[in-house]
Amino acid sequence: MKVVINGNAMELPDTVNLVSLLLEHFNLEEKVVIIEQNQQIIDKNLHAETILSDGDRIEIVHFVGGG
Amino acid sequence: MLEIGPYKFKSRLLLGTGKYPSFDVQKAAVDASGSEVLTFAVRRMNIFDADQPNFLEKLDLEKYKLLPNTAGAKTAEEAVRIARLSKASGLCDMIKVEVIGCSKTLLPDPVETLKAAEILLEEGFIVLPYISDDVVLARKIEELGCHAVMPCASPIGTGQGIINPMNLQFITEQANVPVIVDAGIGSPADAALAMELGAEGVLLNTAVSAAKDPVKMAKAMKLAVEAGRLGYEAGKMPRRRYASASSPEEGMVFS
Repeated sequence: MKVVINGNAMELPDTVNLVSLLLEHFNLEEKVVIIEQNQQIIDKNLHAETILSDGDRIEIVHFVGGG
Repeated sequence: MLEIGPYKFKSRLLLGTGKYPSFDVQKAAVDASGSEVLTFAVRRMNIFDADQPNFLEKLDLEKYKLLPNTAGAKTAEEAVRIARLSKASGLCDMIKVEVIGCSKTLLPDPVETLKAAEILLEEGFIVLPYISDDVVLARKIEELGCHAVMPCASPIGTGQGIINPMNLQFITEQANVPVIVDAGIGSPADAALAMELGAEGVLLNTAVSAAKDPVKMAKAMKLAVEAGRLGYEAGKMPRRRYASASSPEEGMVFS
């Protein structure tokens, strides 16, 4: 499946078809991250039921140092 | 106590978390500052380097309230998007609305800031807009229902101190919500002056992170904010033009 994550086009294995699986794929399941799918924020408790589709634009963001 | 919306803080110093030489120095500086509110930015994660250390993970989140900013936003729409992302973390509902209108001075765009603040208030955020030291804008921000106003002392990261103390005092005098002086503070004297002018708090970052000894400076800022606040509450003597002896004029041995 072709998706764009954080502005980078990439190919995901077909088994990675849920937001929760995407996080596991990148070893992020324990991290404080916030996910946006096509500009729609995906609530944490919906990660396991939110389906990824070809062409999705995904943002994976977190908190960094700032003033 | 500093009261922002539903939250109460003993410390009146809010600390930014950017640009420290190392996480260890930063952690020690945060401890030394006594701050209970820490600001953060929201950015894309480097997903190919998930083990990269993150300062947030080193903090006991029971001890601190997070104040994410919308830094990087140039429009209300962008600021709202960042604010929503930060709230979706489930870790915070305060937001520092920061919409930059000028890349050279990093001064905020007042129109977009107001727009973003209005939307975020409707969505239930605790809203703290970063603004220039504009007296009328500060009033409008308050009238909108914002939980604090955060005028800058001078442009972000300049360490120029308080450029216009008169404006800042006009703002603190009229305000019914906390005024937190945010940006431009360089020295402990600047922080103390902000508090003496009636600010309820000071938010700073570079003044500590870019000091030669950030940990010592964090402590200096803590003390300066406390001293300035005490001085404000104590009420300073009026200035006068000519000298006034402190020792009695009567009873001199040679009279």
